[in-house]
Amino acid sequence: MATQSFVLSSAIWLPIAFGLLLLLAGRDQHAGMVRWTALIGALIGLAATLPVVVGFDNGTAAMQFVEKTLWIDRFHVYYHLGVDGISMWFVPLTAFITVIVVLAGWEVITERVNQYMGAFLILSGLMIGVFSALDGLLFYVFFEATLIPMYIIIGVWGGPRRVYAAFKFFLYTLLGSLLMLVALAYLYNASGSFDIQAWHRLPLDAHTQTLLFFAFFAAFAVKVPMWPVHTWLPDAHVEAPTGGSVVLAAIMLKLGCYGFLRFSLPITPDASHQWAPLMITLSLVAVIYIGLVAMVQQDMKKLVAYSSIAHMGFVTLGTFLFSSLGIAGGLVQMISHGFVSGAMFLCIGVLYDRVHSREIAAYGGVVNTMPKFAAFAVLFAMANCGLPATAGFVGEWMVILGAVQHDFWVGLLAATALILGAAYTLWMVKRVYFGPVTNDNVRTLTDLNRREFWILGVLAIAVLWMGVYPKPFTDAMNASVNQLISHVGQSKL
Amino acid sequence: MNVMNWQAVAPEIVLLVLACAVTLVDLFVKDSRRRPTYWLTMLGLAAVAGLHLGYFNAGQAGYAMNRMLVSDQMGHLLAFFATVSVGVTLVYGQHYAASREILKGELFSLSLFSLLGISIMVAGNHLLVLYLGLEVMTLSLYAMVALRRDNLMATEAAMKYFVLGALSSGFLLYGLSMIYGATGSLSVPEIFQIVAAGEINKQVMAFGLVFIVAGLAFKLGAVPFHMWVPDVYHGAPTVATLLIASAPKLAAFGICMRLLVEGLLGSAVDWQMMLIALAIGSLVLGNLAAIAQTNIKRMLAYSTIAQIGFVLLGLSCGVVGATAQSTGYSAAMFYMVTYVFTTLGTFGMIMLLAREGYEADTLASFAGLNRRSPLLAALMAIFMFSLAGLPPAVGFYAKLVVLQALIATGDSLYLGLAIGAVLLSLVGAFYYLRVVKVMYFDEPQDAAPLPVGGDARALMVANGLAVLVFGLLPGGLMNWCAQAVLNAVST
Repeated sequence: MATQSFVLSSAIWLPIAFGLLLLLAGRDQHAGMVRWTALIGALIGLAATLPVVVGFDNGTAAMQFVEKTLWIDRFHVYYHLGVDGISMWFVPLTAFITVIVVLAGWEVITERVNQYMGAFLILSGLMIGVFSALDGLLFYVFFEATLIPMYIIIGVWGGPRRVYAAFKFFLYTLLGSLLMLVALAYLYNASGSFDIQAWHRLPLDAHTQTLLFFAFFAAFAVKVPMWPVHTWLPDAHVEAPTGGSVVLAAIMLKLGCYGFLRFSLPITPDASHQWAPLMITLSLVAVIYIGLVAMVQQDMKKLVAYSSIAHMGFVTLGTFLFSSLGIAGGLVQMISHGFVSGAMFLCIGVLYDRVHSREIAAYGGVVNTMPKFAAFAVLFAMANCGLPATAGFVGEWMVILGAVQHDFWVGLLAATALILGAAYTLWMVKRVYFGPVTNDNVRTLTDLNRREFWILGVLAIAVLWMGVYPKPFTDAMNASVNQLISHVGQSKL
Repeated sequence: MNVMNWQAVAPEIVLLVLACAVTLVDLFVKDSRRRPTYWLTMLGLAAVAGLHLGYFNAGQAGYAMNRMLVSDQMGHLLAFFATVSVGVTLVYGQHYAASREILKGELFSLSLFSLLGISIMVAGNHLLVLYLGLEVMTLSLYAMVALRRDNLMATEAAMKYFVLGALSSGFLLYGLSMIYGATGSLSVPEIFQIVAAGEINKQVMAFGLVFIVAGLAFKLGAVPFHMWVPDVYHGAPTVATLLIASAPKLAAFGICMRLLVEGLLGSAVDWQMMLIALAIGSLVLGNLAAIAQTNIKRMLAYSTIAQIGFVLLGLSCGVVGATAQSTGYSAAMFYMVTYVFTTLGTFGMIMLLAREGYEADTLASFAGLNRRSPLLAALMAIFMFSLAGLPPAVGFYAKLVVLQALIATGDSLYLGLAIGAVLLSLVGAFYYLRVVKVMYFDEPQDAAPLPVGGDARALMVANGLAVLVFGLLPGGLMNWCAQAVLNAVST
């Protein structure tokens, strides 16, 4: 990997450059131009990630598209980027979701459009940076910097309790990541560099590993979020504007899961094994308990938010099974959840834009007035409860198989999630979409316009494609996942 | 021994001549905007800053004025930043001062004299010279706070500042006299050798140390010697507040280095524990009390106390491990320099928003700033995120280097301090975020058009960019600080 490529750099910095351009030059008087510029920026960002998909070599577990330049010489910090099978799919996924989000806010956002669009574009670049950083400090900088645009997005364009939600989101996640910062500084002192791959090879004693494991756990568990540090998520999701919820669910939550795979497991393998029972228990609690909580929600967005936590429980469960099925299943689940939860929030957004209510009780019989929309919504709901041939099925199935291999009872408990997921999702679908039209809100609804149709249509294709033919995703992962498992299998003591 | 080495003190001489010239020239200036005085000051400051930078780059270390002063990289770098920050303060404060009838020759000459004091402090090699530098600086600042003599708040603040400042100077002087008693010398390097040799009266030494640390803590504004900070920051005209909050902090850092590290390193075990106690108190009280403030100047005052806590942590961990010798000090220096840059922006912003009869010093005066001026709001947000220690602003790296220095000691006490400090900076994040919240999420309460003062606004943009650019590329400044400290410690 001697040659420098600029693929990842352009994927990171092009959207950020467009975002800054919008912040500096955009005015509400020229909202139309701002929107088109944002869309062009997002599309260019997406195009910049295509070489990652096309040029990725499935056969190797090594980092690809590596870029390495000295950044801060005093602390041997490098601007070091690269992707492997674990992180590779998140780069195009992030850019793709950003295009969707820009389109989703097209007519809805009328005030300070340039700041809204700019924040999302910058956020997109920063999140791609998180997935491709191979230097601990660079990772942290991107990881933390994502908080700022999201804080602004929730606080400025959010619902009535937006200030509370924005603060809770920010401080909660900052608490975790500050502890991780101490861990990073410790690892720097122990190894003399911020190179994540060097940290993977660094021998550490059991006590240190445990401390580091929990420092990383603090950062990533909050981000995932795992039970019991999940309480910021329902608030943030409910108050955020549709685009914010989509990005939160589709990408930001994955930063935490990705952190477990990139930091916790390979850097502290022995502590990971030691504490895996705890992690598995917390994941199962998330899957089952949060699934039950989701069932009783009156607010659609809250329901989907809780369902996100439950789905993320699958990912952390798979991660700590230490089997290729579990980890690959978790990764597939992360990608599929990116599409499905994004689509679910967009559906809620479609309804909210028309009725300005997220209460399930405010709807009923939507299918009668919005048949096209209802078809999409039901498809995504099916994917959310893991129906075979949709994206939601593949990951959950792999994780459940992995869990049964690991321990029958864990597998059994994990499998109940399929029932719970079906219960809360389908019950919501029944109450919102089916049955007779019960109130005037629904009677006056108009069906999807062309913009909404295309957004949901593209997502529907993605969901079905991933459900029917997940091979491109799993193929890309295999080498890296196997390498990770063999690495985690070796004790560092 | 008897070498004057005039060349090494050229910046100070230029500064002295400049201060006198400005005082004289201003007598003949009729212009109410004081343009000739202003431009003369600016040109002079630019020349002084250039000289300091030149000496820093030359990288030599030596003594001057019969070993009364030391000319090393640390002194020149600190003086350079102090000069820049005084210049920046005057640009920000020009309109503010004019609308409050304090844009007089005194403002310029007093700033220059205080800068002279700062330059002497950071270059002092002799206890009395250090003390004299301190007095030149503080006396000018007392007068500066009192410039608005018909304003009740300002005069009260000046009174408080003077009484407590004089008390702390007394402490310091008393401590210095005890050191003289214990060691028999006033020269910093000689004291270092005598202390290292160990043939001293430990009891007198310890008493002297306590008084010195207390005096320094007063100047730094560390808990429990912080009482003057919020009142003075609040009451003083903002331009004076900024002059107190920026360059003198660099001087306080410099004098800490000269006295404690270069002079009394032999008693480090004693003063390190004192600094740790001061740091813990400052971090806890500063962060917690800032939450309750609605006046932004008071809030920033408490935030200063908390930030000083971080600097003290850096200073306290400098000598524990042999390899960590200079990391703690250079970390503290980097922290101080970046803090001063950010502070220039925050108080500068308050002055930019102020107008005749309106101070813009409450949180509410920042409400909805994003609607009134997205540019200024974004810049203020950068400063706030920097103070909160969030990447990519430079404040993050400041916190990082201090944390790294703490952890590098390998001592579990310092590890605990590092964890405590980051948790308290989470508390800090809350009130910095609240400013962002007020600017972005709230509706404007003040519809008056914002002044569009050209040069101050342009400088504000440059200041914000500096905080951001040093955040993206912090390496250069880090190396400068490390080099400066190494150069100072090795002489």
